[in-house]
Amino acid sequence: MRYKVWNMRRRCPKASGGKDALGEPNAITWWLIKEAVRMSENRAIVYPYIPNSVPRVKQEMLKGVGARSEEDFYEDVPEALRLKKPLNLPESLLSECALKRHVEGILSRNRTCQECLSFLGAGCYQHHVPAVCDEINQRSEFLTAYAGEPYDDHGRFQALFEYASMMGELLNMDVVNVPTYDGLQAAATSVRMAARITGRQEALIVKTIHPAVLSKIRDYCAPNLQIRLLDYDAKTGQIDLSALQAAISSKTAAVYFENPSHLGSLEAQGDEIAEIIHDHGGICVVGVDPISLGVMAPPVDYGADIVCGDIQSLGMHMQFGGGHAGFIATRDEEKYVMEYPSRLFGIAPTSVEGEYGFGDVAYERTSFAEREEGKEFVGTASALWGITAGVYLALMGPQGMQELGEGVMQRAKYLMAKLSKIDGVKAPIFAAPHFKEFGVNFDGTGKAVAEINAALLNYKIFGGKSLTSEFPELGESALYCVTEVHTKADLDRLVDALTEVVS
Amino acid sequence: MQSITEKRYTDGRPNLRRFHQAKWDEPIIFELSNPGERGILPPPIEDGIRDAVGDVASALPDMLRRKTPLDLPEMAQPQVVRHYMRLSQENLGLDLNIDIGQGTCTMKYSPKINEQLARTPQITELHPLQPEETVQGILEIMYKFEQILKEISGLDRFSLQLGAGSAAIYAAASIIRAYHAARGDTGQRDEIITTIFSHPSDAACAKTAGFNVITLYPDDDGYPDLNALKEAVSERTAGLMTANPEDTGIFNPRIAEFVDVVHKAGGLCFYDQANANGVLGITRARKAGFDLCHFNLHKTFSTPHGCGGPGAGALGVIEALSPFLPTPVVAYAGNRYYLDHNRPQSIGKVRAFYGVAGNVLRAYAWVMSLGAEGLMEVSKTAVLNNNYLLKKMLEIPGVSAPYAKGKWRIEQVRYSWEKLCKETGVHSEEIGLRAADFGVHYWTSHHPFIVPEPCTLEPTESFSKADLDEYVEILKHVAHEAYTDSDRVKTAPHNSTVHRTDQAPFDDPSQWAITWRAYLKKTERGKKG
Repeated sequence: MRYKVWNMRRRCPKASGGKDALGEPNAITWWLIKEAVRMSENRAIVYPYIPNSVPRVKQEMLKGVGARSEEDFYEDVPEALRLKKPLNLPESLLSECALKRHVEGILSRNRTCQECLSFLGAGCYQHHVPAVCDEINQRSEFLTAYAGEPYDDHGRFQALFEYASMMGELLNMDVVNVPTYDGLQAAATSVRMAARITGRQEALIVKTIHPAVLSKIRDYCAPNLQIRLLDYDAKTGQIDLSALQAAISSKTAAVYFENPSHLGSLEAQGDEIAEIIHDHGGICVVGVDPISLGVMAPPVDYGADIVCGDIQSLGMHMQFGGGHAGFIATRDEEKYVMEYPSRLFGIAPTSVEGEYGFGDVAYERTSFAEREEGKEFVGTASALWGITAGVYLALMGPQGMQELGEGVMQRAKYLMAKLSKIDGVKAPIFAAPHFKEFGVNFDGTGKAVAEINAALLNYKIFGGKSLTSEFPELGESALYCVTEVHTKADLDRLVDALTEVVS
Repeated sequence: MQSITEKRYTDGRPNLRRFHQAKWDEPIIFELSNPGERGILPPPIEDGIRDAVGDVASALPDMLRRKTPLDLPEMAQPQVVRHYMRLSQENLGLDLNIDIGQGTCTMKYSPKINEQLARTPQITELHPLQPEETVQGILEIMYKFEQILKEISGLDRFSLQLGAGSAAIYAAASIIRAYHAARGDTGQRDEIITTIFSHPSDAACAKTAGFNVITLYPDDDGYPDLNALKEAVSERTAGLMTANPEDTGIFNPRIAEFVDVVHKAGGLCFYDQANANGVLGITRARKAGFDLCHFNLHKTFSTPHGCGGPGAGALGVIEALSPFLPTPVVAYAGNRYYLDHNRPQSIGKVRAFYGVAGNVLRAYAWVMSLGAEGLMEVSKTAVLNNNYLLKKMLEIPGVSAPYAKGKWRIEQVRYSWEKLCKETGVHSEEIGLRAADFGVHYWTSHHPFIVPEPCTLEPTESFSKADLDEYVEILKHVAHEAYTDSDRVKTAPHNSTVHRTDQAPFDDPSQWAITWRAYLKKTERGKKG
């Protein structure tokens, strides 16, 4: 065996740079030795995902191109840059059976929202995912496609055009982008679009914003925008209009608020806010949870100019935060359309009467076309979730969206009423209408949210997200989320558990 | 052994597949609506709840209540399924076609077992804010995958939060900005240098992050120009952002000198590793002295491309830059995994929660199925396939592989049909449209077309010799047609779902229609009602 290795090393190809591989073998040399030994013993590894790992085929191809070994192909990689030994990685699990056992073993340490009763929201939501959504997004033709042309990936273009069209109905707007990464990116880009459209360099952001969205906006807008925070009314959770009046000026590019806000309250002064913004020549940017729009007015109806948000609610599993995709919507005005960085798919006639074709609208805007002269940047984002959200909206239809919205609001209201009957518990925190999320304050119980949530876990309940560090002004408070998956029994179970925990 | 294309015989015509893509003439989904049909029913509200709270939505303030009826399609479930099944058939995923025509994108097989694992409730039904003790499994996978990337790159710390490649590149630019700001260099270091054969996002993200962009062009041999770099650096240099190998498949042998020049000028160096598929285990970011690098998990690490995402990006940095990485990072305390949010110098959140967890899982499973030797096999096979294809491609009249004459390439090649175009008037895009008639993708290049009449092919390790032979046969046939029957090429596609689409509306604000409602407003059809 030892002799064999030595022998194989002797036959190793010369490394580039004229050095003898024997002097200082690099990683590929080691590999070649190992492979040669294996081949000589008829036990070469053939990888199921790599057809040309069959030694005979490899030799044939090498011979065909006139290379001594794969080492030749790296002639431009200087010896000094070569790894000298194989990567130090965990032992491979070559059989699918072993791999499955290994990964499932690790995953078994998770406890899911199917095993526990969850009231977590705060940007990621446990709505029911129709089976059809999963059926479509695991179709190989969609799942494994990428960036084909409209001629070979017609289905992708049509499905994403239809997604944008259905979102357009939900939002009452004529332009919706091919999804960006998530709601964070959608909000940050919306603000930058507003800055470009107005030529101004300041954005006012309401303090009830999701902290992650604010963090993203700060990072993403840092180069050319000043971010100022607007106070909210401590009683209602809604925008303090006098604070808005005091802060807004002819320098204001955009005012951004969320409806529902991150803290759950609905903003009922949208039309007044939009009017104030428009009076100062600014752009009204509203972040919205699209699943609320079966019952709630689309923001454009109260004056929004750019509407953005996340579509995870619309048919995506939570996936530990992996199911997000962002949308941006505007009116069909050139000055807005030309500021999108995203792909925009349009419909057009073909050379055959009655046939629909698709393509990129105003492609020259994008960084694909113009590099740094394009608008921001574009790349792979979250298209498959866009297709899935389209499937979701088609399944739900107008009546489904309305019933779902009504049902969610009723469940939330029921839970708020029940919780507020517990001694020391206040729900909701704000005197305002709510959709599916609301703040619960525990100051009167003398217990901390962390303590309460730890106790709830013993009941197999995930309590609401703690707000104590991000919104200290709210005291010991948590953000609870209710959706259509919760039954009356679930809600009562939480109430009973909390009653015991805080007593 | 005869290859399949040699064996196939089709009435004396070229030995190619008699392909025809599915054509369902599928209406737009709104046209399928039939009022009253339902696709799915939400769970009804229970009496106990309704009795207690009544009709909540009607009590909304007027401004907040939807007043216009929602005009979504109304369809029964079988009709929805059939519509999307038909659309899916009108799409060519990697599982269907020899997907080597989408160069720079590292189209490779996404193992089905990884898909199955990523779709178990043990990950799909996890909320990202659950107590840490209930998500130890997924945190362990994230932590272990970070250790794998550290070894592959030689860098010290990774964030897996990035949505995809460009998001990682943007975050890298943001970290470069934060690093200089922390040193009091804000405003002075406002230039990022990149190369024209690096992805457009290297330039675009740098600009978006507030930098001026200097783009280096190659020398006559197609290698990044070291003298041009030396002239470009100054006290304004914030950093270098470059791919290697570049999108030409050419590896910059002087990359360590590039890094050195930029370091001496006080800048940081970011390694765009979108093209890592040919160099796994061969070389790594640390070797050339890079400070930051990124990987696309949907390219090199096999997660599915999903029609354009979700992908996943991983951003790695040296120790000195780790305080700036996005928040939170996954950490290990000896007996438990946790999310470290206490990072005062961090650039903050770059994506919702912790990234595309399912793709981290898929990528982890992919590496575990291969190990170090398997990763080396991936790279060696990808470069072997590429050089095999290169040799066969150059036998086709009219095509060339500009630059680095007589040299081997790494994992892809940007070819040029300049000669063919001059001799026949057929453009590269048209070759692609005709190639679609034989069931394959084909792509030109990012803009601008530095290589005239470009086409970029990247045959990853997923493709067999027979696959490569078939692809070359297709292009050989199309090239032959260009010389003998150029109209056939110029009027393609002939076997696709659709025919040539009128491009004019896409750049005309009065005609473009990005949604169905806009289309109805702008066309006669809508006006007729």
